[in-house]
Amino acid sequence: MIVAEGKSIDEILEMVDKYDKILLIGCKGCVAVCAAGGEKEVQFLASAIRTARKRDGREIEIREVTLERQCDPEYVEQIRGYAGDYQAILSIACGVGVQYMAEHYRDIPAFPGLNTSFMGGALEQGVWSERCQGCGNCVLHLTGGICPITRCSKSLLNGPCGGSSNGKCEVNPEIECGWQLIIDRLKVLGEFESRFMEIFPIKDWSSSRDGGLRKMVREDMKQ
Amino acid sequence: MKTDSNLEKVLEAGEFAVTSECGPPRGADPDVIRDKGELLKGVVDGVNITDCQTSVVRMSSFSSCLILKEMGFDPILQMVTRDRNRIAIQSDILGAAALGINNILCLSGDHQRFGDHPQAKNVYDIDSIQLIMTVKKMRDEGKFLNDEELTKAPRLFIGAAANPFADPFEIRALRLGKKVAAGVEFIQTQCIYNLKRFEEWMRQVVDMGLHEKVCILAGITPLKSVGMARYMKNLVPGMDVPDEIIERLKGVPKEKQSDEGIKICIETIRKLREMEGIRGVHIMAIEWEEKVREIAEGAGLLPRPTA
Ligand code: SF4
Repeated sequence: MIVAEGKSIDEILEMVDKYDKILLIGCKGCVAVCAAGGEKEVQFLASAIRTARKRDGREIEIREVTLERQCDPEYVEQIRGYAGDYQAILSIACGVGVQYMAEHYRDIPAFPGLNTSFMGGALEQGVWSERCQGCGNCVLHLTGGICPITRCSKSLLNGPCGGSSNGKCEVNPEIECGWQLIIDRLKVLGEFESRFMEIFPIKDWSSSRDGGLRKMVREDMKQ
Repeated sequence: MKTDSNLEKVLEAGEFAVTSECGPPRGADPDVIRDKGELLKGVVDGVNITDCQTSVVRMSSFSSCLILKEMGFDPILQMVTRDRNRIAIQSDILGAAALGINNILCLSGDHQRFGDHPQAKNVYDIDSIQLIMTVKKMRDEGKFLNDEELTKAPRLFIGAAANPFADPFEIRALRLGKKVAAGVEFIQTQCIYNLKRFEEWMRQVVDMGLHEKVCILAGITPLKSVGMARYMKNLVPGMDVPDEIIERLKGVPKEKQSDEGIKICIETIRKLREMEGIRGVHIMAIEWEEKVREIAEGAGLLPRPTA
């Protein structure tokens, strides 16, 4: 899923400072699962903003909405009927959601309430970790199911570098060395001998962000 | 000979090679390089110039190489893949060769997190092994990475680093094997304090026959004090300083510790010379270049074969 975390209340208050009637919109997708932008967080943030503004003697009207998904025109359009009644949209979806709001409601400013962090998963309650960078050309079948691009701090395809120490990355002892993980898993799978000595060729990054904005068209699904 | 490199010539002649290293200044003053160069005259067969080592911004390796070249050295251009994509890398390789640089050391580089601009974006379009392949392809096939022909091939002697002390230990010789397969011709190792572990690594290297395919120069760094030894042990990733070295330095009075450090270096070099597969030493006296001569002299490595 896409993992995100809330911006500080001060930063949010500054963004919406000049408005007194806003739409606060959450999303029931990824950001609800990582407890950053779902229905509960909408309620929580709305009351935090109201309290702060009340304290300043400048009350604010907030309409609280949580859409099924903010990355889908069908749901984004659900607020069409009343969006125009508000001065601004504060979205606590990922960056995709914020931009969808901006694209669909061009004359209403849309503000991000979250920092969209990475594609990853939960490790335990309250802890998430990155797993994928969306390079557009998956190599996991060659690297023991562990992504060198994401999990090696230098995205080395022929690691580990000389900084790997006791299974930890040179960047920070909190980070596991991605290449140590790859080697360990290749061994478990009995693939170490066959895979490790093979030199990974230079990667074509054009399927990654480096190729410019990416778009996918599925002819079989188009209407 | 594939190149005009003095280092390649010395190694080809079967001599025990000596290289050293020069860290460029954090400013535009060429005299810093010249002064360091003076200290190394007649002591080395080639000099590495670091490429923003530990991710701290310094004068570029390329320009520092040229300053040393003017003084008659055979500079070794260090190039990290942290800061350049394949376009910049290939362009710099051509430029270096055009200006008479004969050696390149292919590195991935320290992560910017260690440096003075930890906010920077890194590149890592290719890694160090792929950089070796890139130089080799340009030199031996006369082609860019996209397979297009280039007009004049860059004649660079290809080097890389190896760290026998990093983890996991069991793949360290294998990884050297990958660098050899990629086309590396000389290797400079991480500084050696733990001779036992180094010997073990070398045994694997020799068993794999790698020492016959690549010239291995053993890395040496003199320790100035117990403090420096502790710092290297605890804070430099991939560095192995055994307790016995620390104890030995602790055993002499403070003002004698640097002399003891030099003594350790000289003893280490003597032992390394006896080891099968070691073709030379790479003396990295970090901001202590004036000691390289003393170490080389003490280890009986002077005079150098004339270039
Ligand atoms: S220590 Fe491991 S994860 Fe960190 S940069 Fe080196 S190879 Fe990558």
